[in-house]
Amino acid sequence: MLIEVDGLEKAYGQGAERQPVLRGVSLGLEPGASLAVTGESGSGKSTLLHLIGLLDTPDAGEIRLKGETVTGLDDAGRALRRRHQVGLVFQQFNLVPSLTVEGNLALQARLAGQHDAEWIDTLADRLGLAAFRQRYPEQLSGGQQQRVAVGRALAARPALLLADEPTGNLDEETSDQVLDLMLELCADAGAGLIMATHSRIAADRLSRRVHLTGGRLS
Amino acid sequence: MIGTALATLVSHWRRKPGQLATLVIGLSLATALWTSVQAINAEARASYDQASAALGGGSVISLTAPEGRIHRSVWAQLRRDGWDASPRIEGELVLADTVFALIGVEPLSASTSQAMVGGGEGVGPAFLTAPGVLLAAPETVEGLAAHQADLPPVQASAQLPRGQVLTDIATAARLLDRGDQIDQIVINPDAREGLTPLAVLAPQLDRVETTDTGEVSRLTGSFHLNLSAFGFLSFAVGLFIVYAAVGLAFEQRRSTLRTLRALGTPVRVIVASLLIEAFAFALVAGAVGVLLGYGVASALLPDVAATLRGLYGASVSGELSVRPDWWLSGFAIAILGALGATAQSVRRAATMPLLASGQMRAWALASTRRYLLQAGIALALFALAALIPQLASGVLAGFALLASLLLGAAIGLPALLAGVLNIATRLVRGAVAEWFLADTRQQLPGLSMALMALMLALAANIGVGTMVSSFRLTFEGWLDQRLAAELYVTTRDDAQSDAVRDFLEARADAVLPIWSADSDIAGQPGEVFGVVDHATYRENWPLITARPDAWDQIAAGEGVLVNEQSWRRAGLALGEPVSLGEGATLPLVGVYSDYGNPNAQAILGLDGLVDRYAGTVSRLRYGVRVDPDEAQALTEALRAQFDLPADGVIDQASVKAFSLSVFERTFAVTGALNVLTLSVAAFAMFASLTTLASMRLPQLAPVWALGLTAAHLARLELLRAGVLAVLTWLAALPVGLVLAWALLAVVNVEAFGWRLPLHLFPMDWLRLAALAILAALIAALLPARALVRKPPREFLQIFAQER
Ligand SMILES: Nc1ncnc2c1ncn2[C@@H]1O[C@H](COP(=O)(O)OP(=O)(O)OP(=O)(O)O)[C@@H](O)[C@H]1O
Ligand SMILES: [Mg+2]
Repeated sequence: MLIEVDGLEKAYGQGAERQPVLRGVSLGLEPGASLAVTGESGSGKSTLLHLIGLLDTPDAGEIRLKGETVTGLDDAGRALRRRHQVGLVFQQFNLVPSLTVEGNLALQARLAGQHDAEWIDTLADRLGLAAFRQRYPEQLSGGQQQRVAVGRALAARPALLLADEPTGNLDEETSDQVLDLMLELCADAGAGLIMATHSRIAADRLSRRVHLTGGRLS
Repeated sequence: MIGTALATLVSHWRRKPGQLATLVIGLSLATALWTSVQAINAEARASYDQASAALGGGSVISLTAPEGRIHRSVWAQLRRDGWDASPRIEGELVLADTVFALIGVEPLSASTSQAMVGGGEGVGPAFLTAPGVLLAAPETVEGLAAHQADLPPVQASAQLPRGQVLTDIATAARLLDRGDQIDQIVINPDAREGLTPLAVLAPQLDRVETTDTGEVSRLTGSFHLNLSAFGFLSFAVGLFIVYAAVGLAFEQRRSTLRTLRALGTPVRVIVASLLIEAFAFALVAGAVGVLLGYGVASALLPDVAATLRGLYGASVSGELSVRPDWWLSGFAIAILGALGATAQSVRRAATMPLLASGQMRAWALASTRRYLLQAGIALALFALAALIPQLASGVLAGFALLASLLLGAAIGLPALLAGVLNIATRLVRGAVAEWFLADTRQQLPGLSMALMALMLALAANIGVGTMVSSFRLTFEGWLDQRLAAELYVTTRDDAQSDAVRDFLEARADAVLPIWSADSDIAGQPGEVFGVVDHATYRENWPLITARPDAWDQIAAGEGVLVNEQSWRRAGLALGEPVSLGEGATLPLVGVYSDYGNPNAQAILGLDGLVDRYAGTVSRLRYGVRVDPDEAQALTEALRAQFDLPADGVIDQASVKAFSLSVFERTFAVTGALNVLTLSVAAFAMFASLTTLASMRLPQLAPVWALGLTAAHLARLELLRAGVLAVLTWLAALPVGLVLAWALLAVVNVEAFGWRLPLHLFPMDWLRLAALAILAALIAALLPARALVRKPPREFLQIFAQER
């Protein structure tokens, strides 16, 4: 198993304002497999992805990454695994505005000490970014920016790619292209993919699909 | 990893070179102002140390012969016997009808004799390396040049008093035709151990041992503290810029920081990167600042040296040397400032929640609670400032008062401005006016640092300006009173004194002896003067408080006047007995102001002085009342008749001119620092407005869409800068006046022992207001111009972009 999630619980707020979002979520993912998480707005998709991506800690439950229990790790421990194991694609791209496309592509790989210029070249070519490598994010369209975000997440060859509505800002055609690329690259690299999405069409392209309602998967 | 994180963070500056420049310039300016003050202080300190080292802890022995001249061989003998001795010649260089006082010293042993040259002027290295050269004040150089005499080359030195010419002993002997005769031997008694006593070696010579330089560093301490305080204020103003720039950079890089964290950069790596970055800024800005500071200090040092000499008789070289004390302190303060300004960003970066919005928030949120808190802190600081004089005394307490006053005013400013804008919002009508006020209020947090800096600079300007102008006004009046006599004559010895007095009695309207004796006055060492009963004193003497019959009692020998500083220090009341050493007392009949004198002083009737201090009275000086038109002729007659010392006859006008020029130069330094501080504040304003402008488009776009043209908006931006400048100036006015009051009535009394009346100079305030508005408008001009030129596309983009 690449990732195992067991009885995950998460609530926001304190006291009377306490609002449970996840009430015992369990799932598993094999290497090379892909999973779509659907659910209406506010159902907790992003929350779940943040927990699996080690950006946040759960109130209860356990996450195992490649067999290692990662819940309970301290901040530095989580940062280390994020750096080396996880690739993140955010809804708002989160590119570094002061770095060029090339700098953004290589950022995580450099941080992880796994910079591989050839692999970056390959990614840039396959994502159709070869012509824009020296541009800054503000000089790109939304779809181009999203492709940079995907490339950045894959540059360090993560075991797990997490994408939070990666196509939410894109038109249908572009969204299809980006999704194709993501699936293709994940398959080539043997990485697992978990993607949160509203879109049924997008969800259907993935190997498996779960639906989040009332804090539980169905 | 840290390299990548650092490179990612630093890449921000490549995209925002203006912001980078702001930061580095701000830090450099702050460092420069601080460093320049430190450099000046270090130079002065070194000069004091050098002087007291050369003088063996502040004393010097001078040998003179009763018959007038000493043969050179006596000096040579002393040198051979191991004494650190230096010869000196004094005489008159008569060129046509003009007389110059010529002083010859022996350059190689001049370290000792330097302190004796004309009462403490440093000679400077130029003299030591160029024998056969005459040194003189620039004005005197002109006078010398007018006589086409066969003189050695003449060089100007701002360190010499007018009319005096300094040269090496051989040249002096040749010009004065002295042969092997010298006037004086100056000896450093430090090295007397194991040597044949002077009494044995030169029994025929009179010995006078003087101790005067030990006091210098104590006396000048407050002056240097003053400068340091000013330097620190300038530094603080500069630091506002750095703080603002760093804060802005943090906000702009918030999303980058969050992305870095999300991609697995540990917090410690982020913190380390930010610290390394701050350190690099500090090193660069420190280097630039130290260089700039060197320049500023070099420019100011001659004035400072003149001030110190004029106020305290302290000799400070006019040339700045590079000393590790100050350049290290410059780097240290740059690093401290950079780290201090970065501290908050680092803390926020370390505690920033990973999932918080990466959207740039408009700096701190302007909440009513925050303003109330600021107002509370400001009031607490004002209360503290009011309490300090009751709780403590001393110069430090005075500066603590100033610090809490200024800090309180700075912290309270945004709250005050918000309050004013609130009230204004309720009073105005009209959509544009309401939007304008609301928008101004919204911008306050972003501008408050710059406005605080501007207010500090303005308050300091008003405060120091008021102090200086009050000082000058008082001082000029005082000089007129104190220097009522037209001529001041100093004689060589008692015999000459009697002869001069007889000579003058026949030719002048009145001869007023200025005889004196050293004495304890109310428990402090000081000098007692004896005066004759004369209208000059009755009409002119600057009494602060006195019994109506004061002068009658002085004349009758039944009372004493003391100067303000001993009056304040001893806490005396009129009528109280003043002890005058050895158990003698006289009732206090009056107090007079005595600016510029650090020591205690008292005035008795002349007979009383002679009776009480019989053996120790120095009877060498006279004030001479004479028709001003005849003063010049009388001076020449005196010089022709008697062999008077170098500065034996001084006319009132030149003493006044000299004293005033000393004070002008004193305040040239504060004036320069004032201007620099104000420019730093203007720069802070410019930096804030420029950076704010880049963030303000979202606020402006909706108004633009509703039909205000970009030009109209730009005009409103200019108006806003002007309005804020005026409001800030209004706030600075009372702060500056309290500052002036504190300087005159608290710090001055603690530092110098005298209090000055506060005079108001509203024209200066108006000029300052104009300057502030001008600075604000200039600062706002560039962003406003950019706004006018902004293509509509950019406004439209605001709506397209997701906020
Ligand atoms: N930091 C937070 N503090 C408090 N409540 C939060 C926080 N983050 C999320 N929530 C709440 O948790 C719930 C789940 O949020 P989450 O972002 O996971 O939903 P989502 O399924 O991703 O929604 P969307 O499809 O709109 O992105 C929402 O009700 C949200 O209001
Ligand atoms: Mg979401």
